[in-house]
Formats: sequence, structure tokens, C-alpha cells
Amino acid sequence: MTSTAAPSPTTIAGSTSFDDITASNASLRRFLHGLPGVDQVGAEARAASLGTRSIKTTAKAYALDLAIRMVDLTTLEGQDTPGKVRALASKAMRPDPADLSCPQVAAVCVYPDMVGVAKETLGSSGVNVAAVATAFPSGRAALDIKLADTRDAVEAGADEIDMVIDRGAFLAGNYLQVFEEIVAVREACGDAHLKVIFETGELQTYDNVRRVSWLAMMAGGHFIKTSTGKVQPAATLPVTMIMLEAVRDFREATGQMIGVKPAGGIRTAKDAIKYLVTVNEVAGPDWLDPDWFRFGASTLLNDLLMQRTKMTTGRYSGPDYFTLD
Amino acid sequence: MADKETTRTVSPFEYAPAPESRAIVDIKPSYGLFVNGEFVDGTGKAFKTVNPATEEVLAEVAEASEADVDAAVKAARRAYTRVWSKMSGAERAKYLYRIARIIQERGRELAVLESIDNGKPIKESRDVDVPTVAAHFFYYAGWADKLEYAGYGTQSLGVAGQVIPWNFPLLMLAWKIAPALAAGNTVVLKPAETTPLTALLFAEICQQADLPPGVVNIVTGAGETGRALVAHEDVDKVAFTGSTDVGRAIAKAVAGTDKKVTLELGGKAANIVFDDAPIDQAVEGIVNGIFFNQGHVCCAGSRLLVQESVAEEVLGKLKRRMGTLRVGDPLDKNTDIGAINSAEQLARIRELSDIGESEGAGRWSPPCDLPSNGYWFPPTLFTGVSQAHRIAREEIFGPVLSVLTFRTPHEAVEKANNTPYGLSAGIWTDKGSRILWMANQLRAGVVWANTFNKFDPTSPFGGYKESGYGREGGRHGLEGYLK
Amino acid sequence: MNARIDVRKTYKLYIGGAFPRSESGYSYVVNDAKGKFMANAALASRKDARDAVQAARKAFPGWSGRTAYNRAQIVYRIAEVMEDRRPQFVDALQKSEGLTAARAEKVLDAAIDRLVWYAGWADKITQVVGGANPVAGPYFNLSTPEPTGVVAIVAPQESSLLGLVSVLAPVIVTGNTVVVTTSHERPLPAVTFAEVLATSDVPGGVVNILTGTPASTAPWLASHMDVNALDLTGVAGDAETAASLEEAAAENLKRVRRAPAAEPDWTLDPGTDRMTQFLETKTVWHPIGL
Repeated sequence: MTSTAAPSPTTIAGSTSFDDITASNASLRRFLHGLPGVDQVGAEARAASLGTRSIKTTAKAYALDLAIRMVDLTTLEGQDTPGKVRALASKAMRPDPADLSCPQVAAVCVYPDMVGVAKETLGSSGVNVAAVATAFPSGRAALDIKLADTRDAVEAGADEIDMVIDRGAFLAGNYLQVFEEIVAVREACGDAHLKVIFETGELQTYDNVRRVSWLAMMAGGHFIKTSTGKVQPAATLPVTMIMLEAVRDFREATGQMIGVKPAGGIRTAKDAIKYLVTVNEVAGPDWLDPDWFRFGASTLLNDLLMQRTKMTTGRYSGPDYFTLD
Repeated sequence: MADKETTRTVSPFEYAPAPESRAIVDIKPSYGLFVNGEFVDGTGKAFKTVNPATEEVLAEVAEASEADVDAAVKAARRAYTRVWSKMSGAERAKYLYRIARIIQERGRELAVLESIDNGKPIKESRDVDVPTVAAHFFYYAGWADKLEYAGYGTQSLGVAGQVIPWNFPLLMLAWKIAPALAAGNTVVLKPAETTPLTALLFAEICQQADLPPGVVNIVTGAGETGRALVAHEDVDKVAFTGSTDVGRAIAKAVAGTDKKVTLELGGKAANIVFDDAPIDQAVEGIVNGIFFNQGHVCCAGSRLLVQESVAEEVLGKLKRRMGTLRVGDPLDKNTDIGAINSAEQLARIRELSDIGESEGAGRWSPPCDLPSNGYWFPPTLFTGVSQAHRIAREEIFGPVLSVLTFRTPHEAVEKANNTPYGLSAGIWTDKGSRILWMANQLRAGVVWANTFNKFDPTSPFGGYKESGYGREGGRHGLEGYLK
Repeated sequence: MNARIDVRKTYKLYIGGAFPRSESGYSYVVNDAKGKFMANAALASRKDARDAVQAARKAFPGWSGRTAYNRAQIVYRIAEVMEDRRPQFVDALQKSEGLTAARAEKVLDAAIDRLVWYAGWADKITQVVGGANPVAGPYFNLSTPEPTGVVAIVAPQESSLLGLVSVLAPVIVTGNTVVVTTSHERPLPAVTFAEVLATSDVPGGVVNILTGTPASTAPWLASHMDVNALDLTGVAGDAETAASLEEAAAENLKRVRRAPAAEPDWTLDPGTDRMTQFLETKTVWHPIGL
């Protein structure tokens, strides 16, 4: 039923074209609404059951290090200063000064005006700088302002751009507008990787999460990301699972891999491990890599470090032994 | 594609063993029968119960003889006449509440023992079986002093003879004992010969609850013991859960008597997936429908009926999902599929699967390493199955799914109902009116729409046609214990 | 003056809405209560039983699929048509059961009233025995009664009309279809009743009426694998036959209503158990979510 009524991607010479789908708002709507629905109760039950996996010893050690490597260490406050950002960047490179075997995080995530400071500190450490752009967090600005915001961040050295979609347009059914905005931002990104933030807490239904995931993937986002961290609920395990199903299905359909980033609300190592289990079992082990999965977080890192120390020393640690930045 | 499906992607994230400790359970070398509030030696032989995951002998258990059964029925009769039938409903309720609480308190112990004796994964015994058992006692406890509002009369029957299967040893015990006691009956219960241990632990719980002696009696044994119990002339009520063949034999045995009978028998449920289904949840429902409890479930969704237009997509996703199922040590917290309960059952699953193959159906299992000791069978599906195949008609009672396709809702209904069974069915579609139409058409006692294998003490469970008669659970569950 | 030769009625079976003779060609003599020849009635054979089951099965989807309101109207209509044929029933009752005219009137009243009583149940029994179940989770959960299917009834031997109506009405009003074997010695009220059924909007096959001896059809009905339930009320007092029929019925797990020790007093309040015994409870689950 869905496959005949809605337009579908066509593959020509190995690259997938979504031209038929995005020919009009109506065709895009037909495609997105033709995607299989999500039953909330079933989806949440599945996520909860993944959350009961018991990850111990060697598996836990692997998961903790992987989670650290996946952290986009984030500060997105009005009160951010160069000093705060420098401190955060230092922590990103050496999360546990007491243990040199501790890996560094994936990126530092800041507002565009702080990109320069972050870049300066991080240098060639390999830790990326991610900048939120496009009138973060509300996305309520004219397109040219959003694009300028993006270009500024890229010019300042951002390796990754975390854009927000226009949720109003999405909820109003103006899918093509949302699509075209992502395409435009992607172009403005140049070589920088684009993460597309949905603010799933505002989209509310899992059906919307699945639709917006496909929309963003077709528009060229490198990553799809749950939340700004400014709206509750931010990332949840079921929402992330739905997005992992979407990237899995997208690869099946197009051969192309897209990353996933839950952001906001993941504060404990235990939670992070549940997400990794979900990545492993839903999208598959190919996604168990900072190139394909990230945690947008600030306080999570210290808990990961505490648990890591517990694994290596056999003692429970305390917050005084980890830096507060 | 074929290669991709059959080679397991090796994950760098290998879950380390996460075994639940068995230190909490204390398995005695031998067990007697529980009669009149005491553990007593049987007069018959003893039999061994083994851990199906390792084939290790767990304990010797008394096989109740006809005389032992008679003693148990006499004890139940005495307790009925002198104590239980005279006690107020409110007081009976308090005993049942007490039992429910003790089950919660000793939940871990019960779950571990259940997994050891039965082979089911600890995550199921811990998260499904034991909590549902406690909930069942809580639910029926509340009925004991409210029978006049249930609509079935308030008079208890007397002594109930109850025979339960090995797939949910404790849960089936709860389904039998809780309503019987709430309604004012006393019971003699025979657990299955391969899974007697949690019933015997339950007997200890009855002692701990100071339940009056004789209200609950447990006689262990096999078919002969069950036959003696069912045939005992002082038994007023027979409740049985198990195979349709044995159910038939029981129905014949009680013919011409005054015994009230309820039977929960076999099934061959259709799990019907339409093209507009929430596919990912449907895949979970299919997996839960057939691989929950190793497929040792009478209401298992053992026939997948998938609409032809989405068959390929659903099967692709199903196979991928089956590749993530973890088969192994039942006590490992990450195990999804445990051990087959017995060598006999394993032989039956193998036999029917081999028949499926020889009848031309396509057999597929994900690559998985099975332990060398114990009874194991990988999650398996058969494609290209038609209604004429034996694997589409006979209850396999194992982790084996037969996949059939259909084109229209009418065809789905026709195929779903084309079986002598009628226990359960599943429907997956996003269209509300279609769900209700399908639910009306399906001749089955439980219809799960956009979900599967859900159980609740308040929800009546039981079959149409050869899946048996009577209902267990809910207000309806009282009917079989009252006159 | 020659006395007029009366036109004697041939009493036939009622199967699938038609009135066939027995496939076997056999009939038997029916005498009135005083032992005087009354008529020949068809002696139903096992093949008639088989045909009747087939007709009942065929009628089941349509009948069970009707609205309860519609079934209520039809059962009420049976009562209306009976009212219309009072003299015929009174006559049949007087002859068959040896009743006085006044007594026969009373029995007929009771039979008609019973139909009216059961007619009203059609759209109420679901509310009385079904209901929502408050499961501990985000699920809508509803239990509703559904008809068991094809029900074979051995009708009472003594009470040839009130007894017949009392066992038949509760079974069909909920949507089952029926094969009923009548009182052996008193089949005529049942045949008259069949004529009422044929003219009162009851679809053919919903009720199939076999005259003859229970011994020639009941075992076939009891063992028939396409019969879902068996009511042995008419085997009252014959424990041995009842047991053997119940045993045969076990082959496909028929729901069996056992034979009472003696035929019940049909004037008592019937209660709901003749309906509920031939109902299945179906429980439907659905998640509640966004």
C-alpha cells in the first residue's frame, strides 16, 4: 500500500535520487506519511527491554571508553565565556588527567561565537569543534540569517554544524520548506559535517520522529540529532531507537550511512550504555563509532570517568576526583 | 544479500557473561510430597529433575502413587470441610494477600529456581513470570470476599484437582491455585514432572504464610499421577493446562461424572501482519510471539501470516532481528532464548522441523553457537509454508515460526481460522476499523492487536474449539470454581 | 352420506429452512397421549444429522454476524407467529402431552413468554457477561461473549414445546445455530414449531429440527467434528447414554451441558446459564498510545 502510493527513492549509477519525492510538498508528504507507523507502546517496550541488558566487566570497559569517545562535550549557555570554553576544551582532550589511557572526546560543542576560542585550544588534538547554528535553539529566524550564522561558524573553524530545523514549518506540514532549508544549510556548511537537530520534544510523536528523520537524511544531513537540550523531554531512549531504525533503513534503501546523536538528558554512564546497546542491536555494530554516533552531553562525561575509574581501581570514586569544567 | 543474511556481523561490543547468582536458591537432594501442610515421603518411586541447560540432575522428587494422591485428596477434603469452606471470604483473602507478598519478597529466589528447573531466561522469570504470579494472587485475593458481586453464585465446589504444564510452572500454578482458593475451594495440584521445584518451593511459602494444612497439596509425578488425580472420585473440579491430546483424554475420563472441568489446551495462533502495520513493532511482536519462552507457549504466534506486498520487507527485518537474539545460559541476564525444557520436547521440535524441511519449506536460522550440553534449539523460521504443511497445522511448541502469506483480509481470516485450535491470534495494522473487523472474525479466545503475548490477572484467557474451554484470569476466571 | 376423508399431514424434518423427508425414507408412528395413532413422523438418520450440521454450519456466519438487535427482533417474531397459531399448538399439546385445553393454553403461554424473555436478552447478555478489564499497562482490554458455533441439542422428552423452546431460544438468541432432536414420542409440537420458524424471518439453517429417536442421531451429533457444543438435557435420567455421548463429544472438546437426573421444571426462572454455557469469551487487547 505504502510502496505504491508514495514516491520512492530511485537509484541511478549508485547514487540515490530523491527528486521524485521532493518534487513538491505533496509528493514529499505522501512519501513521509507512507512510512510505516510507529506504535508508541511497542516502541517504548522494545527500548525498555534493550535497557535491561546487563553490561559487565570487559563489555562495560569497552562501552565506557567508547561512550567517552562519542561525547560532544557541550556548553551552550548565555554565560559562556572564553575561559569556560577553554577549560571545556582542555577537558575534552584530557578527560581524566590522572589516567593517560583515557580517550579524548569526539568534539566540543559551542555557540558560533566561541568556535574560535575552542579551535585555538583544541588545535590539532583531533577533537572537533561543533557549533550550533541557524538561530539555535528556536530556529525562528529568516533563512539568510540562519545561513549567515552557519557560514560564520564554518569560517571560524567549526568542523561540525548542529543546525535546528524549523519545527513550526514541520508541524504545519510544510515539509518541503524544512527540506530545502536543510539543503541550503548543508551547502553553507562546505566541508563541515552537518547535524540536523529535530527537537523531538516539540515534535512529540514517534511517527513525526520517523518522518523528520527521513526528511533530514534525504536533505543531506550527515547526522540526525534529537534535541537542543533546551526543551524537555530532550533525548530519550525510544526516540533515539526510532532514529536508529531510520538510519538503518536508510542505509538499506540507499547504501548511505547517517550518524545519530541523542543530546540532552543523558547524565549517567548507565544510561549511556543503554544507548550503546540500542545502537548495537538496532542499527548494528557499524554505528559503534564516534563517526556515526555521538552523545550531546555535559555532565555525562564525569560519570563515565567515575565508572571507568571504578573499573580500573575496583573502588567507587567520588566527584571530587574529577574536574568540574 | 543472501551472504549478508547468513553471516553474523561480529560486533566489537560483545556482552560479557552476566550470570545471575544461584546462591540464593537452596535445592535439596530430594523432595517428598506436600500433603496436609507437611512434606511427606511418597509411597511410589522417585524421579529426577534436571537442569535442561546442563543436563545436571537437580534433585530427586517423589512420584505420587494412587495412594498418595488419595491421601492428598483426603487432606484437601478435610481442610475444605473443616476449615476453608467455613472461613469468611475476608479471612481467605488475607491468606492470599500474604502469599502474594511472600512471593514478591522471595521473587529473586523463585525466578532463579524457575530458570534452573525450566530453562527459561532469567530476564523472563524475573520480569514476567514471578511478578505476574504475585499479581495473580493479589488480584484473586481481592475477590475472596466479593464473590457475590461476580455474577456466578458464591458456593465453592469443594476439592479441585489441578494439573499444570512445564512451560510456566509457577505462573500456571498461580492461575490454578489463586482463583480456586479465593472461591473457597481446596486444591491438590500436580506440577509437570520436568518442573516440580518451584511448586515445592511454593509449598514452603504456604507453610510460611501459615495457610491451614490441606488447603494446598502438591503431588509430584508424571502422567499416571495426573490420571489418578483427575479420576479421583472425591475431586469436584478438574483444571488442566497442557496438550489437546491429554485434554481430550481428561474430557473422556470425566464424562458422566459431576466434575466441573476447565481445559487450557494447545494452539496454532496466526499472527497477521498487514502492509500498513507499524513494521518495527510488528517484527518485535513476531519475535515475542514465537521466541518468548523458547516458543513453549500455548498461545505462541507460531504461524506468521504476512501480506504478500510486505512479505520481503518483514522477513528481511525479522531475520536481522533474529540475528540479535542471544541463545544460551538461562541464568545469564542477557539471554533471550534459553534451553528447551526436555530431551523429549527437543526431539519433537527436531522431528517437526525436519518434516517441515522435507515437505519443502525453506528453513532458516541465524548463525548461533549452541552450548554442547543441555537441550538447545536455535530460533528458526520456515518460509514458503502453506496451510497443507504439517508445520502450519501442528503445535511445535518450540522456537519455530512458519511463515505464510496472504493477499486480502478475507484470505487472512480464512487461513487464520483454518485450524482445529482457537486460542489466540495477532493482528498488525494501523487501520482501526480493520482491527475491529479482524478481531470480530477471528475464532480465538485472545486477540492481540498491535501487540502479542500480553498477560494480566484481570484479563480472561482461554480458547475456542480444541484449545479448550473455560477462562482463567479476570472475573471470568472465578466461574470455573463456583456454583 | 360418506364422511369426508380428512387430509392427513405428513410430518417432515426441518433442515436448512426446508422440510425434507428423512434421507433414509423411514418414518415412525406417533401416537397421541392415549395411544391412538396420530401421524407418521420422519425418522431422522445419521445422514440427516450430517445434513443438518452442514446447514447449521453454513448459517452460522450470517446468523452470528447479525446485530443483536436484529436477532432479538427475529426471536420476538417467533413469539408473534406462535401467538397467531395458538389453536394449532394447543391442539398439538393436548394430543401429545395429554393436557386439558386450559393446561395446554398455559403451557403455550409459557413457551411464548419464554421466547419473548430470551429475545430481550440478545442485546443485553454482552453487557452482563462481558466488560473491560483494567490491565496493569497501557492497553485497552475488552472481553466480549461470542457464540460457540454449531450446537447440537437433545431436546426434553416430556415437555415437547415449552421444554423445546427453553433449550432452543437461549442458544440461538446469542448467535449460535442449532441441530435439535425432538422429543421422540411427542414430536408434533416441534414440527409445528418448525413451521413457525419457517415463517418468522429465522434464516434457514439457524434451527434444524430432527424428529426420530435420539439414539439414531444423537451419537452422530455428539461425535461430529464440526459440532462445537452438545446439550444433553433431553437425556435426563439416562446416565449411561449421557456418559457415552459426553465421551464421544470429548473428541473435539465440545462444550457439553450434562444431562440432569430428571427433566427440569420448565416453569421456573431459567436464569442465564443456558445462554452462557454456549458462549465463548473473546478478549481483545490493543495498546493505548500516540
